[in-house]
Amino acid sequence: MRKAEEYFFRLLMVLASLIIVGSLFSILFTIIYRGIGSLNWDMVSRVPEGGFYIGKEGGILNAIIGSLYIAGGATLLALLLSIPIVLYINTYLPKDSRLAGFARTSFDILFGVPSIVYGAFGFAIMVFFGLKTSLLAGIITVTLLVLPIMVRTMDEITRLVPHELNDAVYSLGATRWETAKVILKQVAPGLITAILLSFGRGMGDAACVLFTAGYTDNIPTSLQEPAATLPLAIFFQLSSPIEEVQQRAYAATLVLTIIILLLSILSRILNSILSKHKIQ
Amino acid sequence: MVRFRAGFLINSLFLKKSNKMAKARIIVDRVIARMMRSLTIISVLLMFLIGLGLLLKALPILKEHSVFHMLSSEIWRPFKGEFGFLPYIMGTLWVSLIAIAISFPLCVLSSIYFFEYAPQKLKQFILPLIDLLAGIPPVVYGVWGVLTIVPLISEHLAPHFVEYSSGYSVLAGGVVLAVMIFPLVMSLLGEVFSSISTELRDASLSVGATKWQTTKLVLMRKALPGIMAALILAISRALGETIAVLMVCGNIAVIPHSIFDSGYPLPALIANNYGEMLSIPMYDSALMLAALILFLIIVIFNVSSRFVSTQLEKYFKL
Amino acid sequence: MGENKSHISVRNLNVHIGNKHILKNINVEIPDKKITCIIGPSGCGKTTLFKTFNRLLENTNNTRIEGNVLVDEKDIYAADADITAIRKKMGLLNQRPTPLPMSIYANVIYGLKIHGTRKKKILKQKAEEYLKIASLWDEVKDRWHDPASSLSIGQQQRLCLARGLAVEPEIILGDEPTSALDPISSRWIEEKFVELKEKYTIILVTHILRQARRISDYIIFMYLGEVIEHGPAMEILENPKEKLTREYVKGVIS
Repeated sequence: MRKAEEYFFRLLMVLASLIIVGSLFSILFTIIYRGIGSLNWDMVSRVPEGGFYIGKEGGILNAIIGSLYIAGGATLLALLLSIPIVLYINTYLPKDSRLAGFARTSFDILFGVPSIVYGAFGFAIMVFFGLKTSLLAGIITVTLLVLPIMVRTMDEITRLVPHELNDAVYSLGATRWETAKVILKQVAPGLITAILLSFGRGMGDAACVLFTAGYTDNIPTSLQEPAATLPLAIFFQLSSPIEEVQQRAYAATLVLTIIILLLSILSRILNSILSKHKIQ
Repeated sequence: MVRFRAGFLINSLFLKKSNKMAKARIIVDRVIARMMRSLTIISVLLMFLIGLGLLLKALPILKEHSVFHMLSSEIWRPFKGEFGFLPYIMGTLWVSLIAIAISFPLCVLSSIYFFEYAPQKLKQFILPLIDLLAGIPPVVYGVWGVLTIVPLISEHLAPHFVEYSSGYSVLAGGVVLAVMIFPLVMSLLGEVFSSISTELRDASLSVGATKWQTTKLVLMRKALPGIMAALILAISRALGETIAVLMVCGNIAVIPHSIFDSGYPLPALIANNYGEMLSIPMYDSALMLAALILFLIIVIFNVSSRFVSTQLEKYFKL
Repeated sequence: MGENKSHISVRNLNVHIGNKHILKNINVEIPDKKITCIIGPSGCGKTTLFKTFNRLLENTNNTRIEGNVLVDEKDIYAADADITAIRKKMGLLNQRPTPLPMSIYANVIYGLKIHGTRKKKILKQKAEEYLKIASLWDEVKDRWHDPASSLSIGQQQRLCLARGLAVEPEIILGDEPTSALDPISSRWIEEKFVELKEKYTIILVTHILRQARRISDYIIFMYLGEVIEHGPAMEILENPKEKLTREYVKGVIS
């Protein structure tokens, strides 16, 4: 009787695992299969020309560059903001400080806030400051989205640094800021993971930029211009009734997926290279 | 005498310089500390700022209509000033519940398999693979949903149950969402199971329990608070997902009566109508209210997730 | 004079973990109903040897176990051996007490329920009996539905003892069972072992030489994965034949 129960559940477990792994691979397979046909050099090197949306010439370069700009700008901003915050929480504040606990909790919560809410909030800010849909508005909103991710990832890494290191530096007579810089050096390799993670998120999110970055066929040349993004390019093209255009959507999906997977793999490789040198 | 004086002079100059340096370092330290502190405090307040911002934008509609009425009415006709959120709330609930009902049991079973039964090499190969797929953007899941799941439902599944379904349904939304949260839930559960010490397993095995008995009676008990916390986080993630669900759920503003019906979750409402929102009075305010509701629900879920964890530990005598 | 029967016989045991040859050609006999202490410096393989007795070692990855371990003359590594029955024969006491995540009462009866005892009356009776043997009864009788984690470490170790004894093993394995405890609890456990050897064969791993001196009847000295010397306690401690043993016992190597 015991054996039968165990056997039954083992079967269920293997089945469940197969379903999970299978469905995730089904995604990859479908995307590659559908997208590879329409993927060509034109697609990634040209912007939409006249009639692109009814099936004529051009490519999605506008969206690729737009996404890169937004993700890049947001990641940079978030980095500039999160380094001081994480250093402050981990080196300036005492271990059990209430502010630190509170900060961590709120970032945890912000981490869970869905991107559509950030989008709506970003829109509210835009209206408040009189901004139009633009690269700038998009960057600001995505920064808000990406900031908790970066803070959380960096915080997790920084917390692993033993407090004895802080003490050792302090006992040499260093100020808090000097100690913080030492800690920063220690965790710098781990920052790369945080950066890549945030960049990937910034590139792939649609709900955030929907209201804020607008859409355009051109590559933006200034912060005030609207910017196209890959997720939106996919979304808009998919809803077209024209077969040709839908195919392009699949190609764009493939492009986006490849970029994200490359980022993930890169981050993993870097992580394992850099952790070899860590003092544990 | 001269030498003594000179020495003294040089010494005092030097002393002054190192004093100055010391002071400068302290000032730099203080200034930077102030800056960092303000930055941290502002970011902590960010959560409140967002809530406040949304609330302010939602005020106009809150003044005109009662919250209770809006949350319970089915009629959504913005032109006529009717803003009944119920279909959207129900749409969100249907899709999220389906997603969790599919995803969570599968992930629990699978996690137990990988952490207790599977050969080490398999685990080390598959789990990072699943993690890799965590970065795939929602829109890609949406495309997959449209290409694979929608036809599957419309042609193969629905005919057994209902007369007609376009495939664009809450079921499609639920399935796509379920697959989307697989990597998240697997990683959360993975953390829970890997934190259980080998000694605990040994303690049970050493009285002659089988692996399954150990898993069922000891490990699941120990993991329960963590599993519950993971469940709450998974739900909160499911509630907020916008684009993937939007692409496959049909976007029809009625309360779904079966899983094969179309639905219209709250995030999709906000995303789909932002274009029109400035042209119809109160519309933008209504959408902001929707965003506010979503925000509040998510915050509540996130906060309670930790709370549940500690309470469960007490209750189950862990 | 006492029987010289062996309860466990280890024949040509070799254990590899990964690429390392951890146990090299172990041949020992564990005498029946006596306290045997396995001693040796850290890393000598005593815990590994230990874990081969109740077949917990194979749960670690990349282990290769060759040789025979006979308990009551039956090889526990035979292809048709019933692992859970073997493990039931051996009670385990870990270095750090590991109460199960349930109430005190549930902990004690855990083994009984696993093996099929259902009647509440019997369970309660046994629980009381074994808690008394573990000298825990008076302290917990009014609150045995409280979580086991609410006990002090010394109490938790006694609970683990009660839990292990409740399945009526024949052999008790203790992996440095007193290292995490305060001196009073330690002495209590030692005295308990001396009492228990009437009914059970006891094998302890310890790095506290004084403990071995106090309670063991038989000693096995290990060094770098090999058994260097084994024999009656007094002989090993007073008159060891091997140089290494002499050095360890005198405190030169630790």
